Amino acid sequence: MLLALVLAPALLAALAFALPWAQVRPRVLLAGAAVHAGGVAALWPWPSSPALGGWLAVDPAGLLALSTVSAVFLVCAVYVQGYLATHPERDNRVFVGSLLVLLAAMTAVALAQHLGLLWVVIEVTTLATAPLIYFRHDARSLEATWKYLMVCSLGIALALLGTFFLALSSAGPGGPRTLLLPELSAAGATLSRPWVRAAFVFLLAGYGTKMGLAPFHAWKPDAYGEAPGVLGALLSGGVTNIAFLALVRVVTVCQAAGEGGFARAGLVGIGLLSMVVAAVFIVGQRDLKRLLAYSSVEHMGILALGVGLGGAASAGAFFHMVNNGLAKGVLFLTAGNIHRAYGSKQVDELRGAARLLPLSGPLFLAGFLAITGSPPFAPFLSEFAILRGALDGGRTGVAALYLVLLAAIFVAMGSTVLRVVQGDPGEPGPAPELRDVALTAGPPLALLLAVLALGLWVPGVLTRLLDAAAAPVRG
Amino acid sequence: MTPAAPSAWTGFIFVGVVVLDLLVLASSRLRGAIRTVALQGAVLSTLPLALATGEHQVLHVVALAAGALVVKGLVIPGMMLWAMREAAIRREAEPIVGFVASLVLGAVGVVAAFTFAGTLPLPIPERHPLLVPTALATVWTGLLLVVTRRKAVAQVLGFLMVENGVFVFGLLLSDFMPVMVEAGVLLDLLAATFVMGIVMFHINREFASLDTRRLTSLRD
Repeated sequence: MLLALVLAPALLAALAFALPWAQVRPRVLLAGAAVHAGGVAALWPWPSSPALGGWLAVDPAGLLALSTVSAVFLVCAVYVQGYLATHPERDNRVFVGSLLVLLAAMTAVALAQHLGLLWVVIEVTTLATAPLIYFRHDARSLEATWKYLMVCSLGIALALLGTFFLALSSAGPGGPRTLLLPELSAAGATLSRPWVRAAFVFLLAGYGTKMGLAPFHAWKPDAYGEAPGVLGALLSGGVTNIAFLALVRVVTVCQAAGEGGFARAGLVGIGLLSMVVAAVFIVGQRDLKRLLAYSSVEHMGILALGVGLGGAASAGAFFHMVNNGLAKGVLFLTAGNIHRAYGSKQVDELRGAARLLPLSGPLFLAGFLAITGSPPFAPFLSEFAILRGALDGGRTGVAALYLVLLAAIFVAMGSTVLRVVQGDPGEPGPAPELRDVALTAGPPLALLLAVLALGLWVPGVLTRLLDAAAAPVRG
Repeated sequence: MTPAAPSAWTGFIFVGVVVLDLLVLASSRLRGAIRTVALQGAVLSTLPLALATGEHQVLHVVALAAGALVVKGLVIPGMMLWAMREAAIRREAEPIVGFVASLVLGAVGVVAAFTFAGTLPLPIPERHPLLVPTALATVWTGLLLVVTRRKAVAQVLGFLMVENGVFVFGLLLSDFMPVMVEAGVLLDLLAATFVMGIVMFHINREFASLDTRRLTSLRD
C-alpha cells in the first residue's frame, strides 16, 4: 500500500513522458493526483503496515504532512488543466512529468523512516522542481533555476554530511549502527552526543535551506517570483512542508539523545531570524510573487519557532504546517491568475483586481487575511497556539517579539495587497480567456473554504493526530 | 583494525588533498582550477584502497575507488572543460574576494577544521587521525569558493570540492553503512546538471532566449 503510493505517481510520470499527445498529459496528472488523494485518505481510517523492511512507514507527523501535500496537489492538478489551456504553445511533457515525479518524491519523504532514504528523496524533489521553475524558458526563469539548484544543492550536500555525522554518532560501543528513526530514538542514550550536536547544526543548515529559513533563503524570492503560480503553491505548500518534516525527524533523534534543548534553542533562534528578515523585505516589496515568497520565509520561521518552543506550541506548529500549506495555495494560485490577467506582477501596475477578476481578486484578499492570522481562518488558531506555547513556557520576550513581527507583517503586506485588490482597473482589461474561469478560480476557492472550515471547526480526529505528531518533540 | 597500507603513505594522501584545496583557492585561471580539482578527485579515489581493512568486501572497495576516479577525476572535470570550450567562457576566475584574502580564509578554515576535529572524539576506532580534519577543510574550501567567486564555473568547482569533502568523511562509515557512502554518488548527478546549466546559461546570453525553437534559423 505505502509502496504503491510512491510508485503510482512515478509510473504515471513515466507514462506522461512517453505519451505523444499533449492534450492527454494533463488528464494523466489529474488521474495521478486523484489516485494519490484517495490512497492517502484511506490511510486515515486504515493505517497501513510498514513497507521495505521498515524504511517506509506512516506515523502521525508523516500522515499530516502527506495529507497536506496530497490535498494541495489535487487542487493544483485541477488548476493545471485550466493553466495549460491558456499556454497551448508550451510543451507540457516535462512540466506534467516533473510534477508527478515531485509528487512521488514528496510522498517518499513523508513516509521515509530511514534518514538516508529521506536524504535521497529530498534530493529528488530538488531535481524534479528545477525544470518546473524553468517552465517559462526565458532568461529570468533560467537565472532563478540556476540559483535554486546551486543553493539547494549546497544545502543537500551539507545535509548529507550531517546525516553522516548522525550515522557516526550511532556507531559507538552498544550503538545501533543504523539510520532507521525508530531504532535511533530507542537507542537515544547510546548515541555520541557531541556528534549528534554537530549533526543537528549541519542538518539544520541543509534542510533549513530546503525550507527556506533565513539566512538560507536566497533561492526563494527568485524561484517563487519566476515560477508559474501553481509551482509556488506546490513549493510553499508541499516541498517546504516536507523539508520541515525532515527537520522534525532530526529533532526527534536529538530529543532521544538528550540534546533536545540544544536543538530547540537553535530552532527558536532561526525561526525568529526568519520572521525578522521576512518583515524587513515585505515592507515596500513591489513584486507580488516575491512578496508571497517572503511570506513563506516568515511562515517557515513560525514553524521552526513552534517546534523550538515545545509544549503546546509543538502541536500548534503541526497545525500551522497544514494551514500554511492550504492558505499559501490560495495566495499563489490567485496571484498566478492576477499575473496572467494583467501581464505583470509589479504592484505599481496592478489596480482593481477585485473588479477585473471578481473571484480571484477577493480570494487573494481573503487568502491574505487567512495567512496573516485573522479570525475566523485556521491560521489564527495555530498562530495563537504557538503564542500560548511561548507564554506557558515563560518565554515572554519571544512571545512579544513574535506578536510585534506578526503585526508588522500584517500591516506591510496589507497595504500592498489592498492596493492591488482595490480601485479601478482602468483600461478595457485582458482578453476573455485570461479572465476568471471555473478551472483557475475554483481551485483556490476550494482551498480557502478548507482553511475557513478548519478555522471554524477542528475535527477531533485531527486534534488527536496533531497531539500524537507533536508528542516526540514536545520536550 | 590496522590499515592495510602503511600509514605514512595514507598521511601523504590526506596532506595532498589539503594542499590541493589551497591551490584551487590560489588559481587565477579556471582551466587550471578545474585540473586541480580533477587531480584532487583522483588522489581521493585512492583513499578507499589505502584505508581498507579486512572487514571490507574487496569488490566494494575496488568499485568505490574506481567509480570515484572515473566520476570525480575524469567525467565531471572533462564535462566542465568541454562546457568552457562550448560556451566560450573567458579564462579568468574573477573573484569577488582577492586571491590572497581567500587563501588566508582557506588557511584559517584548515586550522579551524583541525581544532574542531580535535574536540570531537570519534566513537569508533580511528581510521586515520587526518581523515576528519581533511574532510572538513575540503568542505570549507568548497563553500568559500562558492561564496567568493562570481563565475558559474567556479561555483560548480566549489560544489565539487564540498562533495569531495563529504566523500572523504563518508569513508568513516564504509565499514558499517556502505550504502550511505554510495548514496553520495548522487551528488555527482547534481554536478552534472550544473554543467549542463552553464552551457544553457551561455547559449541564453548569446541569443537572449533559451527557447530552443528560436534556434532554428541555422537549418537547411
